[in-house]
Amino acid sequence: METKNMMIVGVGGQGTLLASKLLGRLLLTKGFDVKVSEVHGMSQRGGSVVTYVRWGEKVFSPIIDKGQADCILSFELLEAARYTEFLKPGGRIIVNSQQINPMPVIAGAAAYPENLVEKMSALDAEVDAFDALTLAEEAGSSKAVNLVLMGRLSRHFDFTKEEWMDAIEHSVPPKFLEMNKKAFESGRND
Amino acid sequence: MKTLMLGNEAVARGLYEAGCSFVSSYPGTPSTEITECVAKYEEVYAEWAPNEKVALESAFGASLRGVRSFCAMKHVGLNVAADPLFTISYTGVNAGLIIGVADDAGMHSSQNEQDSRHYARAAKIPMLEPSDSAEALAFAKLAYELSEQFDTAVLMKMCTRVSHSQSVVETGERTLPEPKKYEKNPAKYIMMPAYAKKKHPMVEERTRALTAWAETAEINRIEDGSDQSVGIITSSTCYQYVKEAYGDTYPVLKLGMIWPLPEQKIRDFAKTVAKLVVVEELDGFIENHCRNLGLSVSGKDMFTEIGELAQNMVKEKLGGAVQAGEPLSEEIPARPPVMCAGCPHRSLFYVLKKLNLTVLGDIGCYTLGAVAPLNAIDTTICMGASVSGLHGFVKSGDEESAGKTVAVIGDSTFIHSGVTGLINIAYNESDSTVIILDNSITGMTGHQQNPTTGYNLKGDPCTKIDLESLCHAVGIKRVKVVDPYDMETCQAVIKEELAAKEPSVIISRRPCALLKYVKHPGPICSDPEKCKGCKACMNIGCPAISMVDGKAVIDETLCVGCGVCGQLCKFGALSTE
Repeated sequence: METKNMMIVGVGGQGTLLASKLLGRLLLTKGFDVKVSEVHGMSQRGGSVVTYVRWGEKVFSPIIDKGQADCILSFELLEAARYTEFLKPGGRIIVNSQQINPMPVIAGAAAYPENLVEKMSALDAEVDAFDALTLAEEAGSSKAVNLVLMGRLSRHFDFTKEEWMDAIEHSVPPKFLEMNKKAFESGRND
Repeated sequence: MKTLMLGNEAVARGLYEAGCSFVSSYPGTPSTEITECVAKYEEVYAEWAPNEKVALESAFGASLRGVRSFCAMKHVGLNVAADPLFTISYTGVNAGLIIGVADDAGMHSSQNEQDSRHYARAAKIPMLEPSDSAEALAFAKLAYELSEQFDTAVLMKMCTRVSHSQSVVETGERTLPEPKKYEKNPAKYIMMPAYAKKKHPMVEERTRALTAWAETAEINRIEDGSDQSVGIITSSTCYQYVKEAYGDTYPVLKLGMIWPLPEQKIRDFAKTVAKLVVVEELDGFIENHCRNLGLSVSGKDMFTEIGELAQNMVKEKLGGAVQAGEPLSEEIPARPPVMCAGCPHRSLFYVLKKLNLTVLGDIGCYTLGAVAPLNAIDTTICMGASVSGLHGFVKSGDEESAGKTVAVIGDSTFIHSGVTGLINIAYNESDSTVIILDNSITGMTGHQQNPTTGYNLKGDPCTKIDLESLCHAVGIKRVKVVDPYDMETCQAVIKEELAAKEPSVIISRRPCALLKYVKHPGPICSDPEKCKGCKACMNIGCPAISMVDGKAVIDETLCVGCGVCGQLCKFGALSTE
């Protein structure tokens, strides 16, 4: 099989690393070769964060280059727009419609672009934009946005719900397990 | 067992399996997780040292005593450890010693992108360079064998993409080698001229022996290709880009040992291909070696020495086509990292800016004080440079400039190499004012303990270095402590200390807002009735405050209630009530 490429993008502190950890684990148990690439350090301070997840029979590069991503899973609207150039023609964008203003916007030096969902939909891309934040809050915490998004993503994989739940159990602390499972379900079924 | 591991975690696993018993490191992105991961193995003693020089010397001490040891650092940390590095090259080791160094091409979190491979050649120490996590684990074990077989420390070179990528590894069991006996051996371990002169030829001989080893080593392997028009020599993450771009098309010489480099093997490989190309990040290190062998070679004429490479670039430069993606035509505003909401550094920088001071900065989260709207920092060079730089600045200027200039340095950075600069200020008597930003943790690299926090790497309580006593002990008479959230007092104290005609230290003390034990009062309330839209609160660059329809609005998911914005509001629109 051809190597599959997924980018997980968002704002530092949103929990993108947990999402890639969970997905990487699941893909490994399904027998794929997997590489997951993260950037730590400076990017954690509310900056733009990118994680690459790649899987297939044999994966070489740990990163995804322009025009290569089958899917972009974005935790925030502007961040999805930032990386469209990495999407393959006809690729999929799953995006939390939540908007988090970056410092240049807060400081009034730039404006948050308008109608980004429409503009992304005009590209050669399948865009699924939805309010993951509200679903996460309904599940019990705004911090569960990552699990809501994983639930949404799970629609596009052949894995069973039990396999996803097993991966979640191995990736989140027991204290928050039920809430995270609920968040996952709401993203998957909404 | 097959598992996904970060490259750094895989190094830690390799150290563990090889029976490493002593680890001493200083944190630095992208190397930090090696030491954090190895500390989780109970059988391994692991610690944070105050700096990389201390870490390497301590690891050398453990090797001398007879146990396998390790130290880790980022590329710039190796500059700090360079002094022992060059002479440990002469002494060699007793038990195996590995020095982990992680480069940061692309400067994801660094102040330069120096190429650490030059150190291996300059210090005449072998360097291994894994290209994924499986190799990181295997090479750590191999490095100990080489270290003991050739009587040398071994450099293990990582880079951001290998350190911070997870890939599949197969773990094994730990094997603890028999501890070696320490025996007094002046000719081996005392590097005074008479002995060192005898040692130097042995170092050269060792490099020749290692070069011979490199000729047949399995980790320097040739992978056949179907098209001999091009042959590629590569290593590290660049190997992955080459394979990603061209698969088995071109023959590849994949180097696992980057110093010393084989000679015959490279010549033989070159003979089998029409055009020889080296694909490597940063400097043309392997390329220059090929040139020295008299080979015709391409490298930096095709691939930049600036930043990181990637598969598309490799593909295109070698004539292949890549699929283009489609950017939005829209201008997308940047999202730079910012100081967190509630960060204790923010208010202190606001005061420095308000006083219009020249601020010599240092390495840590607080470097973010350099960006708008605070724009409060004038320089960033390296760990400790703020304090020593301030001394030179003050000594070379007049009284007025001394009264308008300060250094800012974090608690961990101060211990790392700021204290020696402070000793210079005291000893040579400059009217310098040093501000220690004590947030009670090493913040930038992700919350590591340090000698001022009272906890060690394993999380156990330990001796806490008292900063006030330390400053007094080196000869600073004026030492003040302020709470950075209290801007009025901060301003008064800074003015007072700048006016003093003697050295002084101000400790701006409040723990990092992200520390779990720090309790926050909860979000500030903004009162749209009282808000006049003057934007005074916007001058601190807090990510939790924005202007909506001319009024200040607080993002309650971010705001921790530090109350700094309330001190700026003349109309009482921002309060805890």
